[in-house]
Formats: sequence, C-alpha cells, structure tokens
Amino acid sequence: MPNSGGTIIFSVSGHVAKPGNYELPMGIPFAELLEVAGGMQGGRKLKAVIPGGSSCPVVPAETMLKTNMDYDSVKAAGSGVGSAAVIVMDETTCMVKVLERLSRFYMSESCGQCTPCREGTGWLNRLIKRIMAGQGRREDIDLLVQVANKIEGHTICALGDAAAWPVQSFIKHFRHEFEYMIDHGGRSIVGAQQVAA
Amino acid sequence: MSTPNPTAPAAPPSDSVMITVDGVPMKAKKGEMLIRVTDANDVYVPRFCYHEKLAVAANCRMCLVEVEKAPKPLPACATPVMDGMIVHTRSAKAIAAQKSVMEFLLINHPLDCPICDQGGECELQDLAVGYGRDVSRYAERKRVVKDKNIGPLVSTDMTRCIHCTRCVRFSQDITGAAELGTTNRGEHNEIGTYVEKTVDHELSGNIIDLCPVGALNSKPFRFRARSWEMSQVPLVSPHDGLGTNTYGHVLRGRLMRVVPRANDAINECWISDRDRFSYEGIYSADRLEKPMLRMSNGAWKEVDWQTALEAAVNGLKGVPAAGLGVLAGPSSTLEEYALLQQLAAGLGTSNIDHRLRQPDFSGDAADPAMPTLGGAIAEVDTLQGLLVVGSNLRLELPLLAHRVRKAARAGASVAFLNPAAFEYLFEAEQIVVDPARQLAELNALVSAAGGTTVGNSVADVTDRHRRVVESLRGAQRKAIWLGALALRHPQYAALRAAAQALAAATGASLGVLAEGGNAAGAHLAGVLPHRAAGGVARASTGLSAGAMLSQSLGGYLLWDVEPTADSLHEKALASLKGAGYVVAATPYATEELKSVAQVLLPIGTFAETSGTYVNLEGQWQSFTGAALPVGEARPGWKVLRVLGNLLGLSGFEQNSSEEVRDQLRSQVERSAAPISIGAVAAPTALGQARVAGVQVYQADAIVRRAASLQRTREARAPRVVYGAGAES
Repeated sequence: MPNSGGTIIFSVSGHVAKPGNYELPMGIPFAELLEVAGGMQGGRKLKAVIPGGSSCPVVPAETMLKTNMDYDSVKAAGSGVGSAAVIVMDETTCMVKVLERLSRFYMSESCGQCTPCREGTGWLNRLIKRIMAGQGRREDIDLLVQVANKIEGHTICALGDAAAWPVQSFIKHFRHEFEYMIDHGGRSIVGAQQVAA
Repeated sequence: MSTPNPTAPAAPPSDSVMITVDGVPMKAKKGEMLIRVTDANDVYVPRFCYHEKLAVAANCRMCLVEVEKAPKPLPACATPVMDGMIVHTRSAKAIAAQKSVMEFLLINHPLDCPICDQGGECELQDLAVGYGRDVSRYAERKRVVKDKNIGPLVSTDMTRCIHCTRCVRFSQDITGAAELGTTNRGEHNEIGTYVEKTVDHELSGNIIDLCPVGALNSKPFRFRARSWEMSQVPLVSPHDGLGTNTYGHVLRGRLMRVVPRANDAINECWISDRDRFSYEGIYSADRLEKPMLRMSNGAWKEVDWQTALEAAVNGLKGVPAAGLGVLAGPSSTLEEYALLQQLAAGLGTSNIDHRLRQPDFSGDAADPAMPTLGGAIAEVDTLQGLLVVGSNLRLELPLLAHRVRKAARAGASVAFLNPAAFEYLFEAEQIVVDPARQLAELNALVSAAGGTTVGNSVADVTDRHRRVVESLRGAQRKAIWLGALALRHPQYAALRAAAQALAAATGASLGVLAEGGNAAGAHLAGVLPHRAAGGVARASTGLSAGAMLSQSLGGYLLWDVEPTADSLHEKALASLKGAGYVVAATPYATEELKSVAQVLLPIGTFAETSGTYVNLEGQWQSFTGAALPVGEARPGWKVLRVLGNLLGLSGFEQNSSEEVRDQLRSQVERSAAPISIGAVAAPTALGQARVAGVQVYQADAIVRRAASLQRTREARAPRVVYGAGAES
C-alpha cells in the first residue's frame, strides 16, 4: 500500500456491536472494519462516520462504505485517518446534537491563550445550543460555517482547526438536519422520521 | 603585502537579509521578527499582544499577515524573517485574518466605551475602526468577569480584558515580581493575582499603559477626564536622579495625570509608580496658596506678594551675612539653584547647601564637580560586574534597579554592601553588616583587591570578599555605586574614598547616586558651601547643611525644605526655631514651617514652573511649565528674581528661565572642572553608627502628599533607622 504501510490500531466506537481497539492492516475497506467491530448495533442503518477522531470531518455512510482505510483514500473521501479513532453513527443519530457535543468538547478544551479559539469555540457551541433550543435562524447555519472558517488556520495550535473541521463538514453533509431543526422550533429530523415511520 | 589572498575564506555571510513587504524591498537582520522590520519601515501591522519591550506571545493573532509559500497566515510578531521572504500585510487573505480576529475580540468585549477611561486612547477602539464590522453578529450572552482589587493604583474592569497578557509578561519578565498571571482555561481564562492580593511592585503602574484596552486603568485618574480634552506637556520627573521623561496631561491648567515619555537613553518606555502618581501631591489640601506673614501676635495672615516680599527682604537684610543660612531641597530646578546661589552670594554668605540628609562633610574638598553614575544610564544594561554600597536600589531609583536587573539576567554579577538585606528579584550577593562596620567591610574588599584601605578598620578578608572582587576584576564593564544609605552614613567621606580605592584597584567606574531629582544641578549651580556656580571653589567655605541645622543661625532662607522630613536631622527644628528670622519659600504650608518661619512664600512644584533638571548622567533636561500654579504660587525662579531686585542685587535681570539656564551653562562651560574625587583624611573610629532609611513614598514633599501612593503597601512599611538597635 503506497503511503500507508503496515498496520494501524483502529479505535472503533459508537453504534457498533463490538466497540474496541483493532489492529488491522492499513487500507482495509471500511465495510470490513465495520464487520470486524461486529457490525451495526441492533442491525440499524449506518448514517455517518468520523474516521479519524472527533476533529476530522464527518463522512456520510454511502461515501464511507466505498472507502478504504488508508491515508489517501480517506483523504479523497473528504476526511483524514487522523488518530484512527473511528466514530460510527447510525440512523437514530441527530447530527445537530452530535455537533453540539463535539463543539462543547472543543470549547472546554480550549486553553484560552489565543483569540480565535478562545472566543470562537464558545460562539460555535452557543449557536448550536440556540438552534437546539428552538431559537435558531436560517442565517445561523452560514454563520456557523463562517465562524469556523475564521478560526481555521488562525490559531497557535491545531485545536482551533480541530474545532472548525467538524462544523464545516457537518453542515456540508447534513445541512438539511440543521434547517429542519430551525424550521421546526428545535425538533430533530431524526425523531420526526421515526414518528412518521 | 596587501594583495588579496585568493584562498582566504570569503567574508563571513552577512547577517542581513532582504525581504519584500507589500512590494517594497526591506533590509532586515536575519532572524529578526517580521513586525520589527515592518515597524522600522513604517508599515503598520495591527497588534495587541506584541510590545517591543516584552517577550513575544503571539496570542492575540491580530498581526496575522500573508507570507508567500506559507500555507496559513503567520503572526508578524513571531515570524523570523528569512532571505527572499515575500510578505503581504494588506492582501485579501491578511485582511480577512485580521478582521476575523477583530470580530472574535469584540464579541465578548463590552461596548462601554462611553464610560471607559481608555476611550479615545484605546488600541482596541482604534483598530476596531479599521478592522471591525458595523454591527455585531454575536447574539449570544456576553462574558462577564468579576473585577479585582489589586491595590490603590490600578483599577480593574476585567470584563474588558482581551487576554493579551502584556501585564502578565511585564510582571514576569520586566519586574520579576510575577504578581499577575492567568487562571482558568478557554473562555474562562482570567488575568489576576491567583490569590487576592495587591500588586505592589514599584513599577507596576506601567501595566496601565501596557493594557491595550480599559481593563487596567489608573485608579486615581478614574473618571477625572477624557484623553482628548487634555493637552500633553513634556515633563521631567523630580523624584530621583535619573531624570525620567514623562508627559503631564493637563486640563484647564490642572495636571490630571503623568504618563511615560519614551526615552531609551533613560527610562525606556517605563516610569516608576512614584513618577506616575506623585502628581496628586501637587493638589494636596495643605498647598500654600497665598503668601503668608506672621503677625506680631504670632498669628499667620495671608498677604499679597508685594507685602510678603518686602517683609522677606527687610527680614533678610536684618540678618548679618555670616549668620545667614540658605538651605534648599535636592529637587528644585537648576534655575532656582542658580538664582538662589546668586542671591546668597549677593547677601554675602557662603552658608548654602542642599545636602540635607548628609551627615558627613569631611570629604567636601575632594568632591567631584557633581555626583554622577560614572557612565551612561543605558550602559547599565550591559554591565558585567557591579558593587552597590549602601542602597535600597529598587526603592531609591526604581528604573535604575530595573536596568541592573536586566544586566543581572544577562549574567552580570551584582553585589550589595548594605546595612540590611533587601529584595532585588534578581540574583545578587548581599553583604549585610551593621552601619558601624560598613567601612571595615568595604576596606576588606579594598584589601582583597590589593588597594590601599581607608583608615585602620579592616574586616577579615573572606572568600566572599575575594569572590566579589574577582567578579569585578573579571568583568569588562564594571561599576561601583554609592547609594543614599552611604550618603546618609556618618562616615560617608571615608566610604567614598574606600570605594574609590576599590574602583581604582579593580578598574571599575565609581558612581554616586545622590538623593533628589536635581542633586547634580544643585552642585553645578553652586548650592554648596564649598563650591560656587560652575564648581569653582569658594574663597571661604561656608557652613554645610549639617552645621546649619545643628546650631541656630541668625536667619535662614529655606527653599522648598520641610525641616524634619527632608533633613532627618534631629536638631533641625530646634535650630530653626532659635533663629532670628526665617523666610520659607515652599509649595506647602505645614504647621512645622509655620512654627519656625516669619514669611511663607508660595512657590510652584516641578509641574508649575519651567526649568531644567540635570540627571546622574549629566544630561540637562529642560521643560516648560505644564500646569498653572495653585493659588497665587509662582514659579520659584521668578520669586528669586524679584527677591534679587528688591534686595537691590545685580544680576537679576533675566526674563526667562532659559536665560538663567544659559547664563549658568556658560559658567559651567567656562570652569570646565570635572574634578575627580580627591583624598580624604583618615576617619575616626566609630563605636556606633546610625543610618536613616527613607521609605520610597517619603522621599520628598510631593510624594509624601500623594494620597494614592500613601495607600500602597510600601507606604505602610515602618521607617527604619539602621544601626539603631546596635549596642556598643
């Protein structure tokens, strides 16, 4: 495997039957990795994967299932192998809530030394919280992306970039979930689909 | 043979590089930070955390610029220049980065500019005009931070803080006291003192200027005036011999505050708290606003200038010349000293002195033309060896101590010989001995250096003495200074002679850190019993300050002297009370002066007169009057000029302080007498010696009245007399 030799320890978490650490050759197809981890919990449908730890961009299921777990392929899928901490999310997952959780993590992990991260991570988290509280506005979605863009590349360390990438990718791939929540006073598209089904 | 050798190694690669900033080629030193290069070439890059005197933090991110071939914008303050670097400070990418940072800085910053003291001189406000948006996009709750009480000098509005950490870096790197730091993380990051305490370092007021926003402001100045209402007048600080450059900010004739005037040769961009907050003393309640006369029944009455001056003239004329003493404080202007000396000469007396706290005058004949540091102030930074005899340096000359700290941090070995151990915040060898043994200890150093000791009292030479001498010997740039505690020592002359012997034996320069803001000026103007203007020896030596204060003369002219506090002489008050006639020219009407004087003449303080101070480097620094004199007070030199006229003396025709100064300057130049320190007679042995300590905020009359300074921790320290407890 060019650029990606040897094995890597995948730390698979989330909605899989057997979460855990698996040392496997690089370049293994994601579908196989999923099988090693016992497949989806309760046989539910895969929705999205963060392939390289919480700071890496999220990848929708259809792309991920066609991707091999090596540096170049995951990069081509729009994310990165990163720490190989693979976060697997099924169809019951509300992507707005996930992003809120991730942004809360980065807000509380920001050391506060440099401006964009200190001020920006809190802004991101508050925006998402407001959307979840039913107080969101359509323009908040673009604002989220813009705030993330203003953090990215402007900080001393990589935590700023790490806080920005999930926001950019979640909105890129799951914008409709944010829009739904804003339009429906904070109700998640996930619950709505289950009710409809 | 001058033909170039073709095999000789090429010239060492030059350490200068060429970079291009916004299309303009710029020459720079290799490894220099980009922002220094742009600053030097007048290209402004916005910044908050960067400060040329502080360590680089690169945490505000405001100075992000685009550097070609770099994937991300780079902070100009933390990017070393490399040859061929191409920088864009105003490209779309750079501006976008700068505007991003500005938006982040503003989201949690309160928009309370209308009630913020920093308004109008705020770096955030200024840059927000250029880089901010019209309307905030931040609709969430703003951060609120509890204010802290860090003492009587600096007010805090911590919600305004933008976490640039300039104050933190100042207290860690510049003062070394590390009084401020950051606690908590992320958004909860706060500047503070960890545990609640005051910020006490004698330079800590500088954090007011360093703070780019209104988080740290001057507490005494709080809500007093807006920056744009005041006019800015250059001043020179009168509290120590450095001649610290300041600006007075004046509103309707009143000095509202004092801020630094950058001068790298003297004070860099710092001033001490004493320089900054002493102005409050100008407006103390006991200012003498009108001339006052003591009536025959003993009561004091306010009179007009004419009446007071005539009374003073008649009184002084009634005192026989030999019985008249003229005493001046060490912080008046050169012009006042020149005219005062002229006045004393006109009245036929040589009893004139300004060395109020000095007890030992036996070395007068050996005095140099004026007390100096023995070198340039700026060169103190590069000293490699230093011995200071008798000085609580940090409190006597705070900014000189700052330079010594810089030298010590660069590896200089610094030693002190003092009657007590003081806290220096840098590594120093402290030899602490009782005042009675000071000379013996200094002699031990002289003896370790192989010099000739002064007198027979010599302490046993120990390894410590040898170590101090060796570190002086081994240094290329070295100095020995005598501080105020040496000047106040009963064996000052012998200490100075021993220090001189040590300097000669080790090759160090010798400096005398005389007290007061203008001791050098007083020397040049001849406010001395043994020297007239220009350092010319007097035909007959008059009485020294000590002699004048320890006996009652026929009459005295006191020029800005508070008898007890300024002289620390136990007989001062009794001597003055016993005098036939006392004229006191003073900014303050104290009960003590009223108990000794017949006439009180109100004169202006340093900010209310034009004049000149000569610093310990020998620099003449002139300034114009900043504030209107309080009440009917008048600039001192004008009062003296009129007194001279009324006394019918010649040489009092000057129309400006500049004229007075220029006359004296030509006298000084004509005499051209840089007299080196001569030999002194062997000192008598001391059983017991006492040296008075002076608290930093008791140094002079103005500081003693500066209300906020008097509330500091330093002001609460008890007054110490060293050697007082020694039993003989």
